[in-house]
Amino acid sequence: MHEAADHAHVEGSKRTFFFVWGWLLAITGLEVVLAYQHLAIKLMLTLLMMLSIVKATLIISYFMHLAYERRSLAWTLMPALVFVVGMMFIVFPDSLRALLMRAH
Amino acid sequence: MASQEATSGLGATRESVWSGGASPYAVPSKKLGMWLFIVSDAITFSALLIAYAFVRVASSSWPLPFEWPSILNATIMTLILLSSSLTMVLGVRAAKMGNRKGVVGWLLATMLGGVLFDVLHLREWLGLIDEGVRLFKNPWGDPQFGAAFFSLTGLHMTHVTIGVVYLGVIAWGTNRGKYTSDDVEVSGLYWHFVDLVWMFIFPLVYLMSNKMA
Repeated sequence: MHEAADHAHVEGSKRTFFFVWGWLLAITGLEVVLAYQHLAIKLMLTLLMMLSIVKATLIISYFMHLAYERRSLAWTLMPALVFVVGMMFIVFPDSLRALLMRAH
Repeated sequence: MASQEATSGLGATRESVWSGGASPYAVPSKKLGMWLFIVSDAITFSALLIAYAFVRVASSSWPLPFEWPSILNATIMTLILLSSSLTMVLGVRAAKMGNRKGVVGWLLATMLGGVLFDVLHLREWLGLIDEGVRLFKNPWGDPQFGAAFFSLTGLHMTHVTIGVVYLGVIAWGTNRGKYTSDDVEVSGLYWHFVDLVWMFIFPLVYLMSNKMA
């Protein structure tokens, strides 16, 4: 470790990290409780995925430091990822056709 | 960088970080490289998760094998992985402060979390195998369950295992003064990503498949 001058470069306080960690644990607990409620499967899936996206955002922003980087980095990485993952859903409705065909 | 301004084409252009010779993102190359790897790896995991969801939606007899002990086990695994991310950021922080001993300690704690996660997950795997789950066969329903479950969680477990080795190398090298704080930070990016992926596997594969009493 040669950079003693790096002190000024430390982003995010210890408090922030513990705070984020606490929220991540709390949301995980909430997800487990939610999983044992008698909800319609689509509602359950939507709620769980929304909570997971919140967790992912917390991890990316604070633990992975993306919130402290130049905005250009996030703008280079994230839209491409969202676009590609979105494209994967194009064939998804076919799963319902497969289910209906099997039912007959 | 060249000091002359480009005067050809459409005329004089102002010097910008995008004109070459500079790092427009103001991050070290290794860090940019790791981010690009993470994006591509995220696409791999997305494909597997979406394929898992696809075969499940298309199935009329998808097994829901996870009773409370399994859900509790997976919840503990989640808490362990989240906590290992906390020890990882504290390790990166120690690296930025030039505290070499601190880095080694925090990285060892992170690795311990990874090993614990693997052990608990393997226990879950062995339990399922013991109950007769195979890649294309299980006692409860749709035969694809095993293939979907083992490929998704197996790839994740491989990532955790590689992460433990990676962090071990970084800890060892940091102790010998071979690596800078940037190297520690880049290994942290990988570790947090592995944690992040589990935040989607856990609800989709475990919580959505719990067997309610």
